[in-house]
Amino acid sequence: MTSPWLHRYAVLWSFCTLFLVVAGGLVTSNDAGLSVPDWPLSYGSLMPPMEGNIFYEHGHRMVATTVGLLTIGMASWLARAEQRRWLRNLGWLALAAVIAQGVLGGMTVLFMLPKPVSIGHACLAQLFFSTTAAVALFTSRSWARGPRMVDDPGAPSLHWFALAASACIFLQLALGASARHKALGILPHVIGALVATGMVLWLTVRVLMRHADHHALRRSALAVLSITFLQVFLGIAAYMSRLATADAPQPMPVMVGFTVAHVATGALTLASSVILAIQIFRHVRRPLADLQPIGVAVPSA
Amino acid sequence: MKNVLLSLAIPCVMFVAGCGGSKTSESTPKEEAAAPAASAPAIDEANAATLTGKVSFTGDKPAMRNIDMSANPACARAHAGAPAKSEEVIVNDNGTLKNAFVWVKAGVPDRQWPVPTTPVDLAQKGCMYGPHVIGVMSNQDIKIVNSDPTNHNIHPLPKINQEWNESQPPNGDSKLKKFAREEVMIPVKCNVHPWMRSYIGVVNHPFFFVTGDDGTFTIKGLPPGKYTVEAWHEKYGTKDVEVTVAAKESKAVDFTFPGA
Ligand code: HEM
Ligand code: HEM
Ligand SMILES: [Cu+2]
Repeated sequence: MTSPWLHRYAVLWSFCTLFLVVAGGLVTSNDAGLSVPDWPLSYGSLMPPMEGNIFYEHGHRMVATTVGLLTIGMASWLARAEQRRWLRNLGWLALAAVIAQGVLGGMTVLFMLPKPVSIGHACLAQLFFSTTAAVALFTSRSWARGPRMVDDPGAPSLHWFALAASACIFLQLALGASARHKALGILPHVIGALVATGMVLWLTVRVLMRHADHHALRRSALAVLSITFLQVFLGIAAYMSRLATADAPQPMPVMVGFTVAHVATGALTLASSVILAIQIFRHVRRPLADLQPIGVAVPSA
Repeated sequence: MKNVLLSLAIPCVMFVAGCGGSKTSESTPKEEAAAPAASAPAIDEANAATLTGKVSFTGDKPAMRNIDMSANPACARAHAGAPAKSEEVIVNDNGTLKNAFVWVKAGVPDRQWPVPTTPVDLAQKGCMYGPHVIGVMSNQDIKIVNSDPTNHNIHPLPKINQEWNESQPPNGDSKLKKFAREEVMIPVKCNVHPWMRSYIGVVNHPFFFVTGDDGTFTIKGLPPGKYTVEAWHEKYGTKDVEVTVAAKESKAVDFTFPGA
């Protein structure tokens, strides 16, 4: 049994990462990315004057450094105290991701925001947050209690659905990042929203109709559903506030507020769908038919 | 060391040259085109033609938007009393546009036009660029000065020239920068103060002009010939006019931008 403090630490780590996503969104929305032209130092020092947009850019670097340190702490704690080998490896993977993310962040600065790097930085941030949320789940007491198995017959299987929904949401985030960094227009992202929302509805309604009495499944399905609705609302608000302030001489607080909320809730949308997928894989028995196409021999009778 | 010498030398040269740079907003526009032309001995003054005209604006004069500088008190203090206004569109009292960049886009003989040794000033004052639009020749120096008690970063966003992004601290040394290739226009941003924006027109010859408070322009020293003259405006885009001038001819060319 792992210490409850490990779980608490994981939750703290995850919260700090969400805050970091907010801080990063503030950088992009305020067009602050290049307000500090140098990296790894800022204006040649560790602590530049926090004036104007330097506050957002350097603040983001400081929060990122904190999360980087927390990640080192997480990986080493898992390495020392965790029995499950795959979870220890997940800790190292998270550490590798945060280092890669820091390097991408530095590259956006040194190469003056090349679109692929900015988009990569935005997408990896989202994946990293989902990883922290998953680690928080894996270290929790409810996880330690073990699964309560249920059946879910019918094709396509719930497992397939859960993976597809998470994949759709991730693609949707990538389309959002491409719109935000002006590699693509907004249209693919709006069409993607229809697909992603449709997948979420289909998946969560099926879970809620069949497994409303299963605590873990119900809770995570409800979370995905409500966060996705909120996200669509915030997306529309972000878009409308952008249009309404299009000829303002500077980024306006309404636009920044809705947009950053949309970016952060985007991270929550992905993380909640990943958690739901994990719960489905844990608690729902895999239908045998599902295994055949991947070449697993299924004994008949 | 070289830099120190340069930064000492430049103000002296500037002083002697009577500050012939691109100070559109203060100096009368005529002086401005004269500066590059005067230092260009390759121009055959005897036969040169002149283009004059104005950049008019029809339609409702758009209100200039206030800038909120509260994010940086050092900037806000510089505008205590009256908030700074966005300079995206400035319609002069006589119904002309300020900060239009007028240049001879095509037809100029492909000659090695002499590059003025005097740099053009780009100031950062009160967390605004001054002037909002400047013109330089390719490889002509631009002298960037920060006279604010705050940090700026200077980030030109060229498509053809080399992009760069550098910071400039308060009371920091002035920067001398140049662009090698013709490009109309290069937007310049400060990301510390996201309202700060200016434009640099880089031209291979000295036949360009930035309109000032009366919206007129004068382009002197043109060899006789057939030209395309373009007027560029930040918000309203570009307009081209074809014009043919004979030796010593002075011709009027007018541009009109209909407001949105
Ligand atoms: C280590 C963990 C980090 C995370 C999780 C993270 C996360 C983020 C996020 C979510 C954004 C917003 C992206 C968007 O809205 O599209 C962002 C933007 C940004 N981050 Fe990071 N970041 C990290 C580290 C860094 C570091 C070390 C730097 C170093 C300079 C950095 C520099 C930037 C810049 C410049 C932007 C703005 C990009 C743009 O406007 O295109 N980041 N970051
Ligand atoms: C399931 C639904 C949605 C998800 C998961 C989602 C996710 C995201 C994410 C994560 C970003 C920022 C990417 C980054 O970090 O750079 C983004 C950007 C954006 N999204 Fe969405 N979005 C959804 C629906 C919508 C909808 C319905 C709209 C409505 C028009 C919308 C409008 C926008 C806009 C305008 C941006 C860019 C903001 C900017 O340019 O700064 N989104 N979206
Ligand atoms: Cu500035």
